[in-house]
Amino acid sequence: MNKIEHRWLELRYFDELATRESVIHTLHPTIKLLTTLVFIAIVASFSKYEIAGLIPMFFYPFLVIGLGNIPIGMIIKRVLLTLPFVLFIGIFNPLLDQAILVQIGPVPISGGIVSFVSIIIRFTLSVVAALLLIATTGIDAICGALSNLGVPRVVVTQILFVYRYLHVLIEEVMKTIRAYSLRSPQSDGVAFKAWGSLVGLLLLRAIDRAQRIYQAMLCRGFDGEVRIVRSWQLSKGDIAFLLAWLSFFIIVRSINIPEWLGTALLGGYK
Amino acid sequence: MHMADALISPTVGAIMWATTTGIVTYSAKKVQKELDESKVPLMGVLGAFIFAAQMINFSIPATGSSGHLGGAMILAILLGPHAAFLTMASILTIQALVFADGGLLALGCNIFNLGFFPCFIAYPLIYKRIVKEGVNKKSIIIGTSLAAIIGLQMGSLGVVLETFLSGITELPFTAFLLLMQPVHLAIGIVEGMVTAAVILFILKERPEIIHSVPGGKELGTLSMKPVLIGLLVVALVTGGVVSWFASSDPDGLEWSIDKAAGKALETPEGIHSILAEVQKKIAILPDYNFKEAKPAAGEEAKEKEVAAWPSVDSGLSVAGIVGSLFTLLVAGSIGKLLQTLNRRQQKFSN
Amino acid sequence: MSHHIIELKDVEYAYPDQTEALRGISFRIVHGESVAIIGANGAGKSTLLSNLAGIYTPSKGMIRIGDYPINKQTLTHIRRSVGMVFQNPDDQLFMPTVFDDVAFGPLNLGLPPEEVKQRVMAALETVGAAQLVHRPPYKLSGGQKRAVAIATVLSMLPDVLIMDEPSAGLDPFARRQVINLLQSFDHTRIIATHDLDLVADVCTRTIVLAEGQVIADGPTLHIFNDAAVLAKSGLEKPLRMQGCPVCNS
Repeated sequence: MNKIEHRWLELRYFDELATRESVIHTLHPTIKLLTTLVFIAIVASFSKYEIAGLIPMFFYPFLVIGLGNIPIGMIIKRVLLTLPFVLFIGIFNPLLDQAILVQIGPVPISGGIVSFVSIIIRFTLSVVAALLLIATTGIDAICGALSNLGVPRVVVTQILFVYRYLHVLIEEVMKTIRAYSLRSPQSDGVAFKAWGSLVGLLLLRAIDRAQRIYQAMLCRGFDGEVRIVRSWQLSKGDIAFLLAWLSFFIIVRSINIPEWLGTALLGGYK
Repeated sequence: MHMADALISPTVGAIMWATTTGIVTYSAKKVQKELDESKVPLMGVLGAFIFAAQMINFSIPATGSSGHLGGAMILAILLGPHAAFLTMASILTIQALVFADGGLLALGCNIFNLGFFPCFIAYPLIYKRIVKEGVNKKSIIIGTSLAAIIGLQMGSLGVVLETFLSGITELPFTAFLLLMQPVHLAIGIVEGMVTAAVILFILKERPEIIHSVPGGKELGTLSMKPVLIGLLVVALVTGGVVSWFASSDPDGLEWSIDKAAGKALETPEGIHSILAEVQKKIAILPDYNFKEAKPAAGEEAKEKEVAAWPSVDSGLSVAGIVGSLFTLLVAGSIGKLLQTLNRRQQKFSN
Repeated sequence: MSHHIIELKDVEYAYPDQTEALRGISFRIVHGESVAIIGANGAGKSTLLSNLAGIYTPSKGMIRIGDYPINKQTLTHIRRSVGMVFQNPDDQLFMPTVFDDVAFGPLNLGLPPEEVKQRVMAALETVGAAQLVHRPPYKLSGGQKRAVAIATVLSMLPDVLIMDEPSAGLDPFARRQVINLLQSFDHTRIIATHDLDLVADVCTRTIVLAEGQVIADGPTLHIFNDAAVLAKSGLEKPLRMQGCPVCNS
């Protein structure tokens, strides 16, 4: 039950963040979407044993957090909450891949441990990038970006409807669960027997609601097509943002910057 | 069951994205042309409903554990396959974007695993066939249970294949399979039961809802073969094109395509060859399980396998670590500085 | 349109499960009139409104809005000239932002974007919600939702406004704002409500329903002073007309 309340609060929280103002918030949504997707794709393209080469990628989330003035507390919380499942699969790497890959001074490190750490780094990077996208852009603008990229209107409208009524339905579910738990002896979860009628009732109410919404739509002339009017101006700054990050990502992917840096710092280059 | 980006390779991600995009476009066209317009708000509200319902945990009697609804089957029964698929896609998209439940690169995989299998295979080929004889308590329970179980088994298989072929995990195929399938068998049984419970409730209270469901022209009688072949072709072509541009490190997928294409592999000798024979008999992709074995002297084939595996250059050396820490420091400081500047500016402007 | 008259003749309506909701309703409303429909729960108020808006089709009888009888062909015109505000604003505000919701009607009418924008802002100004234009509906208070719901209908420039329980669930301040708003309209207004004090403020004429039939139709004050009718329909006098608790008059 607590899960619902937490989710609901998170939903409103990220919603709220997206309405703030900052340099990042005013960027064109399609630009932000594309940058995020390229970022994630390039992070995923690193070899599975890569660690140092990945590190410069952190520049992107750090800069966005800074420029967008995003509080990192909730983001870290989300990363930690979703980490377990990945860890569950990833933990097999150090267990199964014990061949020594590399030696740091006197300490031998197996390939499994290296790839495990790499997985965690990749995971953090891609989750943070996705959260930053929603925190600076909001579902409404993201749907506009999707529409720009050619996603069928039916799909975009659907996402917007689901999001719109998510708030309503979560509140309804919360109220129903609360009423239920006030009258039931056990404290966690709904008893299996009650589940069917509880959810069934909510479902029927949802269906009735949909019917009333349809009537309201008809009364305002609905003809099958949902029309949404939006426009964002693409500025030079937007394009510069995209190109700059694209170049940076490609450079990071091609050159192991920390390796160079470290070697230079340790006096490796005379 | 939502896959994360950390375990997917760009190649697998791209292929599944291409496949999912194809199915989404097809479904969108179908829904636009054929679906009664009154279903537009219904899709939205039901999507929100399933999303919210997934958050209700119910305690599974006698096991002390809890479960929750998946929902694709209920959607398919109430909306028909195409609309249900799009609704599941919208739910998964919002989960990925807002809650980071499942990665954005992996979203193509997730929509396919959790949407395509239940809506386009389990629902029409199993549930509808069983319920064809008559919609009653027995047929619904059997129909939803079988459909849910099989749909989830396929979805789970999808997860295993996609993760495995990405090559980031060390789990051998058979081990992974043996890990995932039984768990999802249990989940499938539960999903079937809860779906049945809800549908039966609706049937009792408002039977007309169940009896008036759109299905398009019966998908159950449509041969799935051309659809599946088409999808396979799309996937292979895209995979070929994409892997051309993919990173130079041969990842798991390219590696297995090489092998499947029959590149000459010297016959291993000695104990290695015995193991090879045994593996071939019990595993589907026998070669994969070899890479942990220590190379015996004179076995060129084995060395070739080790060398072909992702490059050993890990970028992890002392220099690498020093450089990494330095980079992190710089990046973090810049970020923090920008944030402080931002806050100061806001203070002034108030 | 001074000849714009709403006319019902022997209207009957039964639900799909055969329950009779309207059993022979007839009345006439002239342009600009402000009429209340009152009665106990289940008397048929909401059903009557749905028939007037063209959502349900009467099983018998005829409804005429101005020059058009309500039938399949005239439905588009009916929807343009009749604006229905539903009981639950959440059912009416289904778009991502307030702007989208208020623009929904005009866009469906095929108006160009510039004119749509004008209509939206005008409608929002009228209800006093112009500053909410970019808000998503789930961030609105009850009173704000109600105001925006009215705006979604106003933007279509209807001749007739039909409202189902406009003051339900509102705090006193929001309620007063809705009452003031309704008083300021020139449209023909048909309002179904339990809020008899709102009726006293807004409606000059009252129609009383009981069990699907009209049992009284006349000037509001007459109806409120008719104890027999009120009793028969399960109602009471509006609170302002009931005895003063202080001086006991």
